[in-house]
Amino acid sequence: MTAIAGRKHVPVPVRDTVVDMLDDLARNVRARIIETSHRTGTPHLGSCLSCVDILVAAYFHTLRIDPAAPRDRDRDRFILSKGHGAPALFQVLAMRGFYPEAMLEHYGEDGGIFAEHPPTPKHLPGIEAATGSLGHGLSMGIGMALSARIQGQSYRVVALLSDGENNEGSVWEAAMFAAAQRLDRLAIIVDFNRWQATGRSEEVMAINPLAKKWRAFGWSEYEVDGHDMRQLLSVLSRIPDGSGRPIAIVAHTIKGRGVSFMEDDNNWHYRIPTAAEVAAAKRELGVAS
Amino acid sequence: MRNAFADEITRLGAVDPRVVLLSGDIGNKLFDGFKAHSKERFYNCGVAEANMMGVAAGLALNGLRPVVYTITPFTTTRCLEQIRVDVCYHEAPVIIVGTGAGMSYAELGPTHHSCEDIAILRVLPGMTVLCPCDAVELRLALHAALAHDGPVYMRIGKKGEPIIHKTEPEFRIGQAITVRAGDDVCLISTGNIMPVVLAAADLLEAQGVSTRVESFTTVKPLHRERLQELFSRYRVVGVVEEHSRLGGLGGSIAEWLVSQADGPGRMISFGTDDVFMHEVGTQDYARQRFGLTAENIARTMLERWRPH
Repeated sequence: MTAIAGRKHVPVPVRDTVVDMLDDLARNVRARIIETSHRTGTPHLGSCLSCVDILVAAYFHTLRIDPAAPRDRDRDRFILSKGHGAPALFQVLAMRGFYPEAMLEHYGEDGGIFAEHPPTPKHLPGIEAATGSLGHGLSMGIGMALSARIQGQSYRVVALLSDGENNEGSVWEAAMFAAAQRLDRLAIIVDFNRWQATGRSEEVMAINPLAKKWRAFGWSEYEVDGHDMRQLLSVLSRIPDGSGRPIAIVAHTIKGRGVSFMEDDNNWHYRIPTAAEVAAAKRELGVAS
Repeated sequence: MRNAFADEITRLGAVDPRVVLLSGDIGNKLFDGFKAHSKERFYNCGVAEANMMGVAAGLALNGLRPVVYTITPFTTTRCLEQIRVDVCYHEAPVIIVGTGAGMSYAELGPTHHSCEDIAILRVLPGMTVLCPCDAVELRLALHAALAHDGPVYMRIGKKGEPIIHKTEPEFRIGQAITVRAGDDVCLISTGNIMPVVLAAADLLEAQGVSTRVESFTTVKPLHRERLQELFSRYRVVGVVEEHSRLGGLGGSIAEWLVSQADGPGRMISFGTDDVFMHEVGTQDYARQRFGLTAENIARTMLERWRPH
Protein backbone atom coordinates (compact mmCIF):
# COMPACT_ATOMS: atom_id res chain seq x y z
CA MET A 1 0.00 0.00 0.00
CA THR A 2 1.32 3.43 -0.82
CA ALA A 3 1.88 5.91 1.94
CA ILE A 4 -0.92 8.40 2.24
CA ALA A 5 0.15 11.91 3.05
CA GLY A 6 -2.18 13.48 5.57
CA ARG A 7 -4.01 16.59 4.54
CA LYS A 8 -2.40 18.63 7.24
CA HIS A 9 0.17 16.14 8.30
CA VAL A 10 3.79 17.29 8.16
CA PRO A 11 5.97 14.49 9.49
CA VAL A 12 8.33 15.28 12.35
CA PRO A 13 11.75 13.60 12.19
CA VAL A 14 12.11 10.24 13.94
CA ARG A 15 15.40 8.40 14.23
CA ASP A 16 15.82 5.34 12.02
CA THR A 17 16.92 3.18 14.93
CA VAL A 18 13.67 3.92 16.77
CA VAL A 19 11.60 3.05 13.72
CA ASP A 20 13.56 -0.16 13.16
CA MET A 21 13.16 -1.20 16.78
CA LEU A 22 9.40 -0.61 16.74
CA ASP A 23 8.95 -2.37 13.39
CA ASP A 24 10.80 -5.30 14.84
CA LEU A 25 8.57 -5.34 17.90
CA ALA A 26 5.49 -5.21 15.67
CA ARG A 27 6.68 -8.26 13.73
CA ASN A 28 7.09 -10.18 16.96
CA VAL A 29 3.68 -9.12 18.22
CA ARG A 30 2.12 -10.32 14.97
CA ALA A 31 3.80 -13.71 15.29
CA ARG A 32 2.61 -14.10 18.88
CA ILE A 33 -0.96 -13.16 18.00
CA ILE A 34 -1.04 -15.74 15.21
CA GLU A 35 0.46 -18.44 17.43
CA THR A 36 -2.01 -17.67 20.20
CA SER A 37 -4.95 -17.74 17.82
CA HIS A 38 -3.90 -21.19 16.64
CA ARG A 39 -3.28 -22.50 20.15
CA THR A 40 -6.45 -21.14 21.75
CA GLY A 41 -8.89 -20.83 18.86
CA THR A 42 -9.21 -17.08 19.34
CA PRO A 43 -10.71 -15.29 16.30
CA HIS A 44 -10.45 -11.73 14.91
CA LEU A 45 -6.95 -12.32 13.58
CA GLY A 46 -7.38 -9.92 10.65
CA SER A 47 -8.60 -7.12 12.94
CA CYS A 48 -5.71 -7.69 15.35
CA LEU A 49 -3.04 -7.68 12.67
CA SER A 50 -4.31 -4.43 11.17
CA CYS A 51 -3.84 -2.49 14.42
CA VAL A 52 -0.50 -3.89 15.64
CA ASP A 53 1.64 -1.01 14.38
CA ILE A 54 -0.72 1.51 15.95
CA LEU A 55 -0.59 -0.27 19.32
CA VAL A 56 3.20 -0.57 19.23
CA ALA A 57 3.60 3.11 18.29
CA ALA A 58 1.26 4.17 21.09
CA TYR A 59 2.54 1.91 23.89
CA PHE A 60 6.26 1.99 23.08
CA HIS A 61 6.58 5.61 22.04
CA THR A 62 3.65 7.99 22.50
CA LEU A 63 1.87 7.22 25.74
CA ARG A 64 3.20 8.58 29.01
CA ILE A 65 2.76 5.44 31.03
CA ASP A 66 4.67 3.50 33.65
CA PRO A 67 3.95 -0.24 33.74
CA ALA A 68 5.20 -0.26 37.33
CA ALA A 69 2.48 2.24 38.26
CA PRO A 70 -0.45 1.28 36.02
CA ARG A 71 -2.96 3.36 38.03
CA ASP A 72 -0.79 6.45 38.27
CA ARG A 73 -3.10 9.46 38.42
CA ASP A 74 -1.39 11.33 35.62
CA ARG A 75 -0.86 8.51 33.14
CA ASP A 76 -2.11 8.83 29.59
CA ARG A 77 -5.21 6.73 29.01
CA PHE A 78 -5.52 4.36 26.05
CA ILE A 79 -8.85 2.69 25.30
CA LEU A 80 -9.17 -0.18 22.87
CA SER A 81 -12.67 0.74 21.77
CA LYS A 82 -12.49 -1.97 19.10
CA GLY A 83 -12.44 -4.54 21.88
CA HIS A 84 -12.09 -7.49 19.52
CA GLY A 85 -8.49 -6.35 19.00
CA ALA A 86 -7.75 -7.55 22.54
CA PRO A 87 -5.56 -10.49 21.44
CA ALA A 88 -3.19 -7.87 20.02
CA LEU A 89 -3.45 -5.60 23.06
CA PHE A 90 -2.78 -8.48 25.49
CA GLN A 91 0.54 -9.20 23.75
CA VAL A 92 1.56 -5.55 23.62
CA LEU A 93 0.77 -4.92 27.30
CA ALA A 94 2.79 -7.98 28.32
CA MET A 95 5.77 -6.95 26.18
CA ARG A 96 5.53 -3.44 27.60
CA GLY A 97 5.80 -4.91 31.08
CA PHE A 98 2.33 -4.45 32.57
CA TYR A 99 2.31 -8.14 33.53
CA PRO A 100 4.65 -11.08 32.98
CA GLU A 101 4.61 -12.52 29.49
CA ALA A 102 4.34 -15.95 31.13
CA MET A 103 0.76 -15.05 32.12
CA LEU A 104 -0.17 -15.38 28.46
CA GLU A 105 0.65 -19.08 28.61
CA HIS A 106 -2.72 -19.40 30.33
CA TYR A 107 -4.49 -17.67 27.47
CA GLY A 108 -7.97 -19.07 26.92
CA GLU A 109 -7.96 -21.30 29.99
CA ASP A 110 -11.14 -21.70 32.03
CA GLY A 111 -11.19 -19.26 34.92
CA GLY A 112 -8.50 -17.09 33.34
CA ILE A 113 -8.53 -13.49 32.19
CA PHE A 114 -7.39 -13.61 28.55
CA ALA A 115 -9.88 -14.42 25.83
CA GLU A 116 -11.49 -12.28 23.19
CA HIS A 117 -12.08 -8.88 24.80
CA PRO A 118 -10.37 -6.65 27.38
CA PRO A 119 -11.53 -7.22 30.97
CA THR A 120 -12.16 -4.33 33.35
CA PRO A 121 -9.31 -2.21 34.75
CA LYS A 122 -9.80 -3.99 38.07
CA HIS A 123 -8.91 -7.29 36.47
CA LEU A 124 -5.84 -6.52 34.35
CA PRO A 125 -3.17 -3.81 34.67
CA GLY A 126 -2.89 -1.53 31.67
CA ILE A 127 -6.57 -1.72 30.75
CA GLU A 128 -8.58 1.51 31.02
CA ALA A 129 -11.97 0.24 29.85
CA ALA A 130 -13.59 -3.12 29.29
CA THR A 131 -14.87 -3.14 25.74
CA GLY A 132 -16.29 -5.65 23.30
CA SER A 133 -19.54 -3.96 22.41
CA LEU A 134 -18.65 -1.35 19.82
CA GLY A 135 -19.35 2.35 20.23
CA HIS A 136 -18.62 2.61 23.96
CA GLY A 137 -14.94 3.48 24.26
CA LEU A 138 -15.00 7.01 22.93
CA SER A 139 -17.70 8.21 25.33
CA MET A 140 -15.84 6.70 28.26
CA GLY A 141 -12.70 8.40 26.96
CA ILE A 142 -14.52 11.72 26.89
CA GLY A 143 -15.45 11.20 30.53
CA MET A 144 -11.78 10.57 31.30
CA ALA A 145 -10.69 13.68 29.39
CA LEU A 146 -13.31 15.79 31.17
CA SER A 147 -12.09 14.35 34.48
CA ALA A 148 -8.61 15.61 33.69
CA ARG A 149 -9.92 19.06 32.89
CA ILE A 150 -12.10 19.25 36.01
CA GLN A 151 -9.30 18.05 38.27
CA GLY A 152 -6.57 20.14 36.65
CA GLN A 153 -4.62 17.22 35.18
CA SER A 154 -2.84 17.15 31.85
CA TYR A 155 -2.99 13.52 30.80
CA ARG A 156 -4.14 12.64 27.31
CA VAL A 157 -6.73 10.11 26.20
CA VAL A 158 -6.46 8.03 23.05
CA ALA A 159 -9.17 5.67 21.81
CA LEU A 160 -8.67 3.16 19.00
CA LEU A 161 -11.81 2.52 16.95
CA SER A 162 -12.46 0.20 14.03
CA ASP A 163 -13.99 1.47 10.82
CA GLY A 164 -16.98 -0.80 11.35
CA GLU A 165 -17.40 0.77 14.77
CA ASN A 166 -18.15 4.06 13.03
CA ASN A 167 -21.53 2.46 12.19
CA GLU A 168 -22.61 3.04 15.77
CA GLY A 169 -24.70 6.14 16.41
CA SER A 170 -23.15 6.59 19.84
CA VAL A 171 -19.80 7.30 18.14
CA TRP A 172 -21.31 10.36 16.48
CA GLU A 173 -23.05 11.48 19.66
CA ALA A 174 -19.61 11.35 21.26
CA ALA A 175 -18.01 13.12 18.28
CA MET A 176 -20.30 16.13 18.62
CA PHE A 177 -20.00 16.32 22.39
CA ALA A 178 -16.19 16.15 22.40
CA ALA A 179 -16.06 18.89 19.79
CA ALA A 180 -18.48 21.06 21.80
CA GLN A 181 -16.26 20.62 24.84
CA ARG A 182 -13.11 21.34 22.78
CA LEU A 183 -11.33 18.37 24.31
CA ASP A 184 -7.98 18.92 22.61
CA ARG A 185 -6.16 16.31 24.72
CA LEU A 186 -8.46 13.61 23.36
CA ALA A 187 -7.66 11.67 20.19
CA ILE A 188 -9.14 8.79 18.29
CA ILE A 189 -7.39 6.57 15.82
CA VAL A 190 -9.58 4.73 13.34
CA ASP A 191 -8.05 1.45 12.21
CA PHE A 192 -9.47 1.83 8.71
CA ASN A 193 -8.90 -1.64 7.27
CA ARG A 194 -11.95 -1.30 4.98
CA TRP A 195 -13.65 -4.43 6.27
CA GLN A 196 -16.21 -5.08 8.92
CA ALA A 197 -17.30 -8.51 10.10
CA THR A 198 -19.25 -9.50 7.01
CA GLY A 199 -18.52 -6.96 4.30
CA ARG A 200 -16.64 -3.96 2.93
CA SER A 201 -17.23 -1.08 5.30
CA GLU A 202 -17.88 1.30 2.41
CA GLU A 203 -20.59 -0.97 1.03
CA VAL A 204 -22.31 -1.70 4.34
CA MET A 205 -22.58 1.88 5.60
CA ALA A 206 -21.10 4.39 3.11
CA ILE A 207 -18.29 5.23 5.51
CA ASN A 208 -16.39 7.46 3.08
CA PRO A 209 -15.17 10.12 3.19
CA LEU A 210 -14.35 9.21 6.77
CA ALA A 211 -11.73 11.85 7.61
CA LYS A 212 -13.99 14.54 6.20
CA LYS A 213 -16.84 13.29 8.34
CA TRP A 214 -14.76 13.75 11.46
CA ARG A 215 -13.67 17.16 10.24
CA ALA A 216 -17.30 18.13 9.67
CA PHE A 217 -18.03 17.03 13.23
CA GLY A 218 -15.53 19.58 14.55
CA TRP A 219 -12.41 17.45 14.94
CA SER A 220 -8.89 18.12 13.74
CA GLU A 221 -8.40 15.31 11.25
CA TYR A 222 -5.32 13.51 9.93
CA GLU A 223 -4.82 10.65 7.52
CA VAL A 224 -1.82 8.38 7.74
CA ASP A 225 -0.62 5.00 6.57
CA GLY A 226 -1.37 2.93 9.66
CA HIS A 227 1.54 0.61 8.96
CA ASP A 228 4.16 3.34 8.49
CA MET A 229 5.77 3.67 11.90
CA ARG A 230 7.32 7.00 11.03
CA GLN A 231 3.97 8.50 10.11
CA LEU A 232 2.29 7.03 13.19
CA LEU A 233 4.89 8.36 15.63
CA SER A 234 4.76 11.72 13.98
CA VAL A 235 0.99 12.13 14.04
CA LEU A 236 0.69 10.76 17.57
CA SER A 237 3.14 13.40 18.76
CA ARG A 238 0.51 16.03 17.97
CA ILE A 239 -1.87 15.49 20.85
CA PRO A 240 -2.80 18.28 21.39
CA ASP A 241 -2.09 19.90 18.04
CA GLY A 242 -2.78 23.51 18.91
CA SER A 243 -6.12 23.63 17.10
CA GLY A 244 -8.11 23.47 20.32
CA ARG A 245 -10.05 20.55 18.86
CA PRO A 246 -10.09 16.83 19.54
CA ILE A 247 -7.98 14.87 17.09
CA ALA A 248 -9.19 12.19 14.66
CA ILE A 249 -6.49 10.12 13.01
CA VAL A 250 -7.74 7.97 10.17
CA ALA A 251 -5.10 5.27 9.84
CA HIS A 252 -5.34 3.44 6.53
CA THR A 253 -4.55 -0.18 7.22
CA ILE A 254 -4.76 -3.62 5.70
CA LYS A 255 -6.75 -6.29 7.46
CA GLY A 256 -4.45 -9.26 8.16
CA ARG A 257 -1.38 -7.06 7.58
CA GLY A 258 2.00 -8.81 7.57
CA VAL A 259 1.02 -12.21 6.21
CA SER A 260 0.45 -12.41 2.46
CA PHE A 261 -2.29 -15.03 2.59
CA MET A 262 -4.22 -13.15 5.26
CA GLU A 263 -3.95 -9.63 3.88
CA ASP A 264 -7.24 -8.08 2.81
CA ASP A 265 -8.99 -11.46 3.06
CA ASN A 266 -11.99 -11.07 5.37
CA ASN A 267 -12.20 -14.81 6.03
CA TRP A 268 -9.58 -14.12 8.68
CA HIS A 269 -12.11 -12.20 10.72
CA TYR A 270 -13.16 -15.58 12.12
CA ARG A 271 -10.74 -18.21 10.73
CA ILE A 272 -8.21 -19.88 12.99
CA PRO A 273 -4.81 -20.67 11.42
CA THR A 274 -3.51 -24.23 11.16
CA ALA A 275 -0.06 -25.21 12.42
CA ALA A 276 1.28 -25.08 8.86
CA GLU A 277 -0.19 -21.62 8.38
CA VAL A 278 1.40 -20.42 11.62
CA ALA A 279 4.79 -21.66 10.41
CA ALA A 280 4.32 -20.00 7.00
CA ALA A 281 3.23 -16.75 8.63
CA LYS A 282 6.26 -16.68 10.91
CA ARG A 283 8.58 -17.31 7.97
CA GLU A 284 7.07 -14.33 6.18
CA LEU A 285 7.37 -12.18 9.27
CA GLY A 286 10.97 -13.22 9.71
CA VAL A 287 10.34 -14.44 13.22
CA ALA A 288 12.10 -17.63 14.28
CA SER A 289 9.97 -20.56 15.38
CA MET B 1 -39.49 15.76 44.00
CA ARG B 2 -37.82 17.28 40.94
CA ASN B 3 -37.28 20.60 42.68
CA ALA B 4 -36.10 18.88 45.84
CA PHE B 5 -33.57 16.99 43.73
CA ALA B 6 -32.30 20.20 42.12
CA ASP B 7 -32.12 21.87 45.50
CA GLU B 8 -30.27 19.01 47.17
CA ILE B 9 -27.79 18.36 44.35
CA THR B 10 -27.03 22.08 44.28
CA ARG B 11 -26.23 21.93 47.98
CA LEU B 12 -24.18 18.74 47.65
CA GLY B 13 -22.29 20.07 44.64
CA ALA B 14 -21.23 23.13 46.60
CA VAL B 15 -19.52 21.09 49.30
CA ASP B 16 -18.33 18.02 47.37
CA PRO B 17 -15.94 18.83 44.50
CA ARG B 18 -16.37 15.31 43.12
CA VAL B 19 -20.00 15.88 42.14
CA VAL B 20 -20.48 16.40 38.40
CA LEU B 21 -24.00 16.96 37.08
CA LEU B 22 -24.86 15.73 33.58
CA SER B 23 -28.19 16.63 32.06
CA GLY B 24 -29.73 15.38 28.82
CA ASP B 25 -30.92 18.78 27.66
CA ILE B 26 -33.65 19.18 30.25
CA GLY B 27 -34.09 21.13 33.47
CA ASN B 28 -33.34 24.46 31.84
CA LYS B 29 -33.59 26.72 34.90
CA LEU B 30 -33.55 23.87 37.40
CA PHE B 31 -29.78 23.80 37.78
CA ASP B 32 -28.98 27.50 37.67
CA GLY B 33 -27.99 27.33 41.32
CA PHE B 34 -25.60 24.44 40.66
CA LYS B 35 -24.10 26.23 37.67
CA ALA B 36 -23.68 29.40 39.72
CA HIS B 37 -21.16 27.75 42.03
CA SER B 38 -19.89 24.82 39.93
CA LYS B 39 -20.09 25.79 36.28
CA GLU B 40 -17.13 23.56 35.44
CA ARG B 41 -18.98 20.58 36.90
CA PHE B 42 -22.24 20.95 35.00
CA TYR B 43 -22.61 19.49 31.50
CA ASN B 44 -25.60 19.66 29.24
CA CYS B 45 -24.80 16.55 27.20
CA GLY B 46 -27.51 17.24 24.66
CA VAL B 47 -30.11 14.79 23.41
CA ALA B 48 -27.51 12.03 23.30
CA GLU B 49 -28.08 9.79 26.27
CA ALA B 50 -25.90 6.87 25.18
CA ASN B 51 -22.90 9.16 25.05
CA MET B 52 -23.91 10.86 28.30
CA MET B 53 -23.94 7.56 30.17
CA GLY B 54 -20.54 6.53 28.78
CA VAL B 55 -19.11 9.92 29.71
CA ALA B 56 -20.48 9.48 33.23
CA ALA B 57 -18.71 6.12 33.54
CA GLY B 58 -15.44 7.67 32.36
CA LEU B 59 -15.78 10.41 34.96
CA ALA B 60 -16.60 7.93 37.72
CA LEU B 61 -13.59 5.77 36.88
CA ASN B 62 -11.35 8.78 37.38
CA GLY B 63 -12.28 9.95 40.84
CA LEU B 64 -15.46 11.95 40.24
CA ARG B 65 -19.09 11.31 41.23
CA PRO B 66 -21.29 11.96 38.21
CA VAL B 67 -25.04 12.35 38.56
CA VAL B 68 -26.91 11.79 35.30
CA TYR B 69 -30.31 13.42 35.01
CA THR B 70 -33.06 13.27 32.44
CA ILE B 71 -36.58 11.91 31.93
CA THR B 72 -36.85 8.28 33.03
CA PRO B 73 -37.09 6.35 29.75
CA PHE B 74 -34.19 8.32 28.30
CA THR B 75 -31.86 7.77 31.23
CA THR B 76 -32.71 4.07 31.45
CA THR B 77 -33.88 2.07 28.45
CA ARG B 78 -32.55 4.51 25.84
CA CYS B 79 -29.00 3.91 27.01
CA LEU B 80 -29.41 0.55 28.69
CA GLU B 81 -26.31 -1.00 27.19
CA GLN B 82 -24.16 1.89 28.38
CA ILE B 83 -25.61 1.41 31.86
CA ARG B 84 -24.95 -2.32 31.73
CA VAL B 85 -21.44 -2.22 30.26
CA ASP B 86 -19.89 1.15 31.03
CA VAL B 87 -21.45 1.65 34.45
CA CYS B 88 -22.34 -1.72 35.99
CA TYR B 89 -19.69 -3.98 34.46
CA HIS B 90 -17.06 -1.41 35.49
CA GLU B 91 -18.67 -0.98 38.95
CA ALA B 92 -18.53 2.75 38.27
CA PRO B 93 -20.16 4.88 40.98
CA VAL B 94 -22.61 6.71 38.73
CA ILE B 95 -25.91 8.00 40.09
CA ILE B 96 -28.58 7.70 37.43
CA VAL B 97 -31.62 9.86 38.12
CA GLY B 98 -34.82 9.38 36.19
CA THR B 99 -37.48 12.02 36.65
CA GLY B 100 -41.10 11.14 35.93
CA ALA B 101 -41.62 7.87 37.78
CA GLY B 102 -44.38 5.61 36.50
CA MET B 103 -47.23 7.67 35.09
CA SER B 104 -45.94 11.06 36.23
CA TYR B 105 -45.98 12.12 32.60
CA ALA B 106 -49.17 10.23 31.74
CA GLU B 107 -50.38 12.96 29.39
CA LEU B 108 -47.17 12.78 27.35
CA GLY B 109 -47.97 9.29 26.20
CA PRO B 110 -46.17 5.94 26.47
CA THR B 111 -42.89 7.37 25.13
CA HIS B 112 -42.60 9.20 28.45
CA HIS B 113 -44.22 6.60 30.71
CA SER B 114 -41.94 4.61 32.92
CA CYS B 115 -43.40 1.35 34.10
CA GLU B 116 -40.59 -1.05 33.21
CA ASP B 117 -37.53 0.75 34.52
CA ILE B 118 -37.35 -0.91 37.96
CA ALA B 119 -37.64 -4.36 36.40
CA ILE B 120 -35.00 -3.68 33.79
CA LEU B 121 -32.44 -1.93 35.97
CA ARG B 122 -32.68 -4.15 39.01
CA VAL B 123 -31.45 -7.19 37.09
CA LEU B 124 -28.14 -5.47 36.35
CA PRO B 125 -25.39 -6.83 38.61
CA GLY B 126 -24.20 -4.32 41.18
CA MET B 127 -27.03 -1.89 40.60
CA THR B 128 -28.81 -0.35 43.58
CA VAL B 129 -32.39 0.79 42.91
CA LEU B 130 -33.89 3.57 45.01
CA CYS B 131 -37.43 4.92 44.63
CA PRO B 132 -38.09 7.70 47.14
CA CYS B 133 -41.74 8.33 47.94
CA ASP B 134 -41.39 12.03 48.71
CA ALA B 135 -38.92 14.90 48.88
CA VAL B 136 -37.75 13.85 52.34
CA GLU B 137 -36.80 10.34 51.22
CA LEU B 138 -35.31 11.80 48.04
CA ARG B 139 -32.86 14.01 49.92
CA LEU B 140 -31.86 11.16 52.21
CA ALA B 141 -31.53 8.76 49.27
CA LEU B 142 -29.34 11.17 47.33
CA HIS B 143 -26.96 11.53 50.28
CA ALA B 144 -26.84 7.77 50.71
CA ALA B 145 -26.27 7.26 46.99
CA LEU B 146 -23.29 9.62 47.03
CA ALA B 147 -21.81 7.77 49.97
CA HIS B 148 -22.29 4.44 48.17
CA ASP B 149 -19.35 3.13 46.13
CA GLY B 150 -21.26 1.68 43.19
CA PRO B 151 -23.94 2.36 40.60
CA VAL B 152 -27.28 3.69 41.84
CA TYR B 153 -30.52 4.18 39.95
CA MET B 154 -32.80 6.74 41.54
CA ARG B 155 -36.36 6.94 40.29
CA ILE B 156 -38.02 10.19 41.25
CA GLY B 157 -41.40 11.81 40.57
CA LYS B 158 -42.03 15.20 39.03
CA LYS B 159 -43.08 18.19 41.06
CA GLY B 160 -45.68 18.91 43.68
CA GLU B 161 -45.91 15.49 45.37
CA PRO B 162 -47.10 15.74 48.99
CA ILE B 163 -44.65 15.27 51.83
CA ILE B 164 -45.19 11.86 53.47
CA HIS B 165 -42.62 12.03 56.24
CA LYS B 166 -43.38 14.80 58.71
CA THR B 167 -40.10 14.05 60.46
CA GLU B 168 -36.91 12.71 58.96
CA PRO B 169 -36.87 8.90 59.15
CA GLU B 170 -33.71 6.92 59.64
CA PHE B 171 -32.53 6.09 56.14
CA ARG B 172 -30.19 3.38 54.98
CA ILE B 173 -29.88 1.75 51.58
CA GLY B 174 -31.51 -1.66 51.81
CA GLN B 175 -33.62 -0.71 54.81
CA ALA B 176 -37.41 -0.33 54.61
CA ILE B 177 -39.18 2.46 56.48
CA THR B 178 -42.37 1.84 58.44
CA VAL B 179 -44.69 4.70 57.53
CA ARG B 180 -47.68 3.62 59.60
CA ALA B 181 -48.18 0.93 62.23
CA GLY B 182 -51.09 -1.50 61.96
CA ASP B 183 -52.14 -4.97 63.10
CA ASP B 184 -54.45 -6.58 60.55
CA VAL B 185 -53.12 -6.16 57.03
CA CYS B 186 -49.98 -4.73 55.45
CA LEU B 187 -49.36 -2.58 52.40
CA ILE B 188 -45.83 -2.44 51.01
CA SER B 189 -45.04 0.29 48.54
CA THR B 190 -42.19 1.99 46.74
CA GLY B 191 -41.90 5.44 45.22
CA ASN B 192 -44.40 8.06 44.18
CA ILE B 193 -47.63 6.07 44.63
CA MET B 194 -47.34 6.32 48.44
CA PRO B 195 -50.06 9.02 48.88
CA VAL B 196 -52.54 6.64 47.24
CA VAL B 197 -51.39 3.81 49.49
CA LEU B 198 -51.91 5.93 52.57
CA ALA B 199 -55.38 6.92 51.34
CA ALA B 200 -56.17 3.23 50.89
CA ALA B 201 -54.97 2.60 54.43
CA ASP B 202 -57.33 5.36 55.62
CA LEU B 203 -60.24 3.64 53.86
CA LEU B 204 -59.32 0.34 55.50
CA GLU B 205 -59.03 1.97 58.91
CA ALA B 206 -62.50 3.44 58.38
CA GLN B 207 -63.71 -0.15 57.96
CA GLY B 208 -62.00 -1.09 61.19
CA VAL B 209 -59.08 -2.85 59.53
CA SER B 210 -55.81 -1.79 61.09
CA THR B 211 -53.27 -1.30 58.28
CA ARG B 212 -49.52 -1.19 58.39
CA VAL B 213 -47.73 0.73 55.62
CA GLU B 214 -44.12 0.11 54.64
CA SER B 215 -41.99 2.22 52.33
CA PHE B 216 -39.50 0.07 50.45
CA THR B 217 -37.46 2.98 49.12
CA THR B 218 -34.78 0.46 48.20
CA VAL B 219 -36.04 -2.10 45.72
CA LYS B 220 -32.57 -3.57 45.33
CA PRO B 221 -31.09 -4.87 47.54
CA LEU B 222 -34.34 -6.08 49.03
CA HIS B 223 -34.85 -5.78 52.79
CA ARG B 224 -35.33 -9.50 53.33
CA GLU B 225 -35.47 -9.46 57.12
CA ARG B 226 -38.34 -7.01 57.01
CA LEU B 227 -40.17 -9.13 54.44
CA GLN B 228 -39.70 -12.16 56.67
CA GLU B 229 -41.31 -10.30 59.52
CA LEU B 230 -44.16 -8.90 57.43
CA PHE B 231 -45.08 -12.15 55.72
CA SER B 232 -45.00 -14.15 58.93
CA ARG B 233 -47.06 -11.60 60.81
CA TYR B 234 -49.72 -10.57 58.27
CA ARG B 235 -52.08 -12.94 56.52
CA VAL B 236 -52.80 -10.37 53.80
CA VAL B 237 -49.97 -8.35 52.29
CA GLY B 238 -50.42 -6.00 49.34
CA VAL B 239 -47.60 -4.58 47.21
CA VAL B 240 -48.28 -1.30 45.40
CA GLU B 241 -46.08 0.45 42.86
CA GLU B 242 -46.60 2.79 39.92
CA HIS B 243 -44.86 0.28 37.70
CA SER B 244 -45.70 -2.88 35.81
CA ARG B 245 -46.71 -5.81 38.01
CA LEU B 246 -44.02 -7.71 36.12
CA GLY B 247 -40.56 -7.49 37.57
CA GLY B 248 -40.87 -4.46 39.83
CA LEU B 249 -41.08 -4.44 43.61
CA GLY B 250 -43.94 -6.96 43.51
CA GLY B 251 -42.02 -9.24 41.17
CA SER B 252 -38.95 -8.88 43.29
CA ILE B 253 -40.80 -9.80 46.48
CA ALA B 254 -42.49 -12.72 44.71
CA GLU B 255 -39.09 -14.09 43.72
CA TRP B 256 -37.98 -13.89 47.31
CA LEU B 257 -41.22 -15.35 48.65
CA VAL B 258 -41.26 -18.52 46.57
CA SER B 259 -37.61 -19.16 47.30
CA GLN B 260 -38.28 -19.46 51.05
CA ALA B 261 -37.62 -23.01 52.20
CA ASP B 262 -40.87 -23.16 54.18
CA GLY B 263 -42.77 -21.00 51.72
CA PRO B 264 -45.88 -22.02 49.84
CA GLY B 265 -44.30 -22.03 46.37
CA ARG B 266 -41.55 -24.58 47.02
CA MET B 267 -39.74 -23.34 43.93
CA ILE B 268 -36.03 -23.84 43.58
CA SER B 269 -34.56 -21.40 41.12
CA PHE B 270 -31.58 -22.47 39.02
CA GLY B 271 -29.85 -19.80 36.98
CA THR B 272 -26.92 -17.41 36.89
CA ASP B 273 -26.07 -15.31 39.94
CA ASP B 274 -26.53 -11.57 40.11
CA VAL B 275 -22.94 -10.92 39.00
CA PHE B 276 -20.86 -10.39 35.89
CA MET B 277 -18.63 -13.37 35.27
CA HIS B 278 -15.27 -11.65 35.03
CA GLU B 279 -13.20 -14.74 34.42
CA VAL B 280 -13.36 -16.25 30.98
CA GLY B 281 -13.99 -19.82 29.95
CA THR B 282 -16.13 -22.15 27.92
CA GLN B 283 -19.91 -22.34 28.16
CA ASP B 284 -19.54 -25.56 30.16
CA TYR B 285 -17.22 -23.79 32.57
CA ALA B 286 -19.70 -20.93 32.95
CA ARG B 287 -22.59 -23.32 33.56
CA GLN B 288 -20.60 -25.10 36.23
CA ARG B 289 -19.73 -21.81 37.84
CA PHE B 290 -23.45 -21.13 38.36
CA GLY B 291 -24.52 -24.65 39.25
CA LEU B 292 -26.25 -25.18 35.92
CA THR B 293 -25.20 -28.79 35.67
CA ALA B 294 -27.35 -31.90 35.63
CA GLU B 295 -25.55 -33.16 38.75
CA ASN B 296 -26.20 -30.02 40.75
CA ILE B 297 -29.83 -29.76 39.67
CA ALA B 298 -30.51 -33.40 40.56
CA ARG B 299 -28.64 -33.20 43.88
CA THR B 300 -30.44 -30.05 44.95
CA MET B 301 -33.84 -31.48 44.03
CA LEU B 302 -33.08 -34.69 45.94
CA GLU B 303 -31.99 -32.79 49.02
CA ARG B 304 -35.29 -30.95 49.05
CA TRP B 305 -37.37 -34.01 48.24
CA ARG B 306 -35.91 -36.42 50.79
CA PRO B 307 -36.85 -35.61 54.37
CA HIS B 308 -33.77 -34.90 56.45
